[in-house]
Amino acid sequence: MKGRMTTHDTSTRYASYIVGFILSVFATLVAYLVVVNHIWPMETLVYIILGVAVMQLIVQSVFFLHIGQGSRWRLITFVFAIIIVLIVVVGTIWIMNNLDYNMMRMTPDQMQLYMKQHEGI
Amino acid sequence: MLSDWQQLIFGRLTASDFVHDPIMAGAGIGMAGALVLAMIGLTYFKKWKWLWQNWITSLDPKKIGVMYIVVAVIMLLRGLADALLLRAQQITNGSTEVLTSDHFQQIFSAHGTIMIFFVAMGLIFGIFNLIIPAQIGARDVAFPFLNSVSFWLFAAGMILINAPLIVGEFSTAGWLAYPPLSELQYSPGVGVDYWIWSLQIAGIGSLLSGINFFVTILKMRAPGMTMMKMPIFVWSALSSLSLVMFAFPILTATLGMLSLDRLMGMHFFTSGAGGNPMLYVNLIWAWGHPEVYILALPAFGIFSEIVATFSGKRLFGYKSMVVALIAITVLSFTVWLHHFFTMGAGADVNTFFGIMTMVIAIPTGVKVFNWIFTMYRGRVRFTTPMLWFMGFIVTFTLGGLTGVLMSVPAADFQFHNSLFLVAHFHNMIVGGVVFGVFAGVTYWFPKFTGFTLNERLGKYAFWLWIVGFLLAFVPLYILGFMGATRRLDHYDPSLGWQGLFIVAGVGVLLICLGVAFQVLQVIVSIKQRKENRVGSDPWNGRTLEWATASPPEEYNFAVIPTVTTRDAFWEMKKAKHHEVTPEYADIWVPKRSGVGAIIGLLSLIFGLAIIWHIIWLVVVSFIAIVVAIIMRVTSDDTEEKISAAAITKREMNRSAA
Amino acid sequence: MKHQAEEIAVQERKTLGFWIYLMTDSVLFAGLFATFAVLRGNTFGGPSGAELFNLPFVLLETMILLVSSFTIGMALLGSARGFKKQTIFWLMITFALGAAFLTLELSEFSKLAAEGNSWQSSAFLSAYFTLVGTHGLHIAVGLLWLIVMIVRLWRFNFKKSDLGRLALFGMFWHFLDVIWIFVFSIVYLMGAA
Repeated sequence: MKGRMTTHDTSTRYASYIVGFILSVFATLVAYLVVVNHIWPMETLVYIILGVAVMQLIVQSVFFLHIGQGSRWRLITFVFAIIIVLIVVVGTIWIMNNLDYNMMRMTPDQMQLYMKQHEGI
Repeated sequence: MLSDWQQLIFGRLTASDFVHDPIMAGAGIGMAGALVLAMIGLTYFKKWKWLWQNWITSLDPKKIGVMYIVVAVIMLLRGLADALLLRAQQITNGSTEVLTSDHFQQIFSAHGTIMIFFVAMGLIFGIFNLIIPAQIGARDVAFPFLNSVSFWLFAAGMILINAPLIVGEFSTAGWLAYPPLSELQYSPGVGVDYWIWSLQIAGIGSLLSGINFFVTILKMRAPGMTMMKMPIFVWSALSSLSLVMFAFPILTATLGMLSLDRLMGMHFFTSGAGGNPMLYVNLIWAWGHPEVYILALPAFGIFSEIVATFSGKRLFGYKSMVVALIAITVLSFTVWLHHFFTMGAGADVNTFFGIMTMVIAIPTGVKVFNWIFTMYRGRVRFTTPMLWFMGFIVTFTLGGLTGVLMSVPAADFQFHNSLFLVAHFHNMIVGGVVFGVFAGVTYWFPKFTGFTLNERLGKYAFWLWIVGFLLAFVPLYILGFMGATRRLDHYDPSLGWQGLFIVAGVGVLLICLGVAFQVLQVIVSIKQRKENRVGSDPWNGRTLEWATASPPEEYNFAVIPTVTTRDAFWEMKKAKHHEVTPEYADIWVPKRSGVGAIIGLLSLIFGLAIIWHIIWLVVVSFIAIVVAIIMRVTSDDTEEKISAAAITKREMNRSAA
Repeated sequence: MKHQAEEIAVQERKTLGFWIYLMTDSVLFAGLFATFAVLRGNTFGGPSGAELFNLPFVLLETMILLVSSFTIGMALLGSARGFKKQTIFWLMITFALGAAFLTLELSEFSKLAAEGNSWQSSAFLSAYFTLVGTHGLHIAVGLLWLIVMIVRLWRFNFKKSDLGRLALFGMFWHFLDVIWIFVFSIVYLMGAA
């Protein structure tokens, strides 16, 4: 019957899901426990959280989404999508944080206080 | 005040929303009247069944392509009418009020939105539908039903953008609707909502089409056609489609967030409660810049085909053209801040984006040189398409130069939002995209109709267009240089700018005359079609679409060709195959389906309901759309067979004729 | 009937096309994530994420979704081997888990709204509700898709097209779990400072 997998194919697939599942649970718990127990200050934690998340992304892409198998175009479009996602997210954060460059980097409240103190406004 | 029952049934729609000032009323009645006339004509000539069976329910990309182009041309006329009104107001320079300020703002907003989303996108997708399957040696696109849905969503968006002429009003916030002006506080009416939902619905159609044609090109090429043997137009389409796929979701998200601000009181871009209007500007241009390359790259591809064909030579530097296309595709995601250099970013951020903007000009320059080198030592035939190409070289280069000038952030502080900018982008889009589409339509017209367009009228139209274009926009460069701000309905007469505005007005009139000649050209050509009848290869073409009949059969190729080289058809002609009668097999084609049109209609109703806050109708139309989708997706009887015998008969009849 | 080779080619196109749609959806979420990153500090004087989010609760949601990614894998394997009852069983478990996830999320949302922290209160909350809510909407669409598939399987046995669609659903469901990884990490964990 067309489309039916052999027992050998499916056992590799079963293994794939089980390994992927265990690794994902592990990654989730690591990130969670590290944050909840404040093991490091937040500045360091941000990198760890992101790193673990990327690791889980790779695990799930490989073991659940079977990236790398099938059409080569799935991998190419996957990589391109990641690049665009990074450009949009990092670019937006960089730009938006830079827009007060010429304003002495004050919040609106600080600016109001400054103007009151120095210019009597 | 509205009674409770009235609000429940009609949302915020009232009778007074149908009342407009004379010009808008005239336009609305004109459009509605034209529609009514068309319907009367269809009834009188008993053509409803023909329309339904041959066009509305067709899943043939050749038919869908024609429909895109028809809608886009109608929108071109509307956009030009808007432009005429804008120019007329600026010429009178405040001495009369042809248009109120509010009306003027609605018109420039409509003009830009319509020209980009419904004229340019419509023409480009129309050409994709007509040309891509044939050029890769395929019969259809990867997802024919989705193709139909995409068109009908586009049509729904088109109706929504024109509906304000009849009921309600349009946005006054420009073609990109920057907040805080586009937020509820400053635009409480329906105008911005019309803008949002028209684009949201049409945008989903574009995204689906992007995926559709991308998979088509990757997976449905004729045997032997490797990527580097594809026609260069297909490469330019592939690049453009990559941009469509990865940029349009940003538009969807951003329009979505603006609509959430307006519908559900959220605070993404409001001027209070922590909202950040500059975030909108950033996101919308992260989409907006790739969008202009979505339009320009296929125009480049069209010119590549035309230059090669009418120089009788293969394209110079095919490989570098491909590399340039890929480079432009990637780079177009790295320049978007140049649309808001003046929004406050520091020198480092501005410089990065300024440099990237200069860099992206380089592959474009490579392309221009390759086209010129293609012509060199070729036997150039100066047909109408070639004239459009030569016009493009002049205007696009001019526009490109002014673009590089503005890519210097310090210089841009002078030019941002001036008429210099307006002249620049019209240069690129009219001189680049519009000229490209005109060239393409003229070039491929005989393929889809079986007869050529009148050459003489085409040439007159071209000369009127190019002279008109230069007259209309070079004064704007000068005015912008002198400090004229964009989007103003009058300027201080003591500045002495009136003369330049009048010259620009003359230019627009010449353009309109050019359009009139184009319309005349089509009418005359139809009348003369018997004398101008041509076969499948009127221009001595190089690519596979010229191997099909004129007009092509539904299935394009009775036998899918095997390709061995670039310029596959050219090589086939040179090799002079024996006329062996091929073995015909059954061909499976998609069955007609009205579900695409129904989804389009339901989307239109959904859009209107959400704009006018008619909640029950929003829910009902949304559920109906979901039901239609489920029913179509779960139906298995979607194809029909054309038997080998029927194909044999058709092919024999054609060669006998 | 058409050739087998042709049918395989058609399924390949659908797989690639649907995969690409998922890639475009990532860019949509990127826009929402970028917005959240920019607006997360704009609480307009109201509470921040650290004050509002209940991390153990979110961990439960995360685990539910993760298990459902596993169960859909089991359903796909069952279908590949032609086991109808097994497939329907795993699909129903996946549905139950997805529904549980949504229920938990909706209860979280309504609690926030009831205590005065709605999507209208500040830019931060608008961004939060929209990002997490868009993911939830995708889950809801997935649940509807599951129902349609379960009903069809029950009534009609396996048709070739169903196997294909099931594979596409699997991709969709896994993709939503991948997006959730980043929601969990960036919205909840990083917000806990």
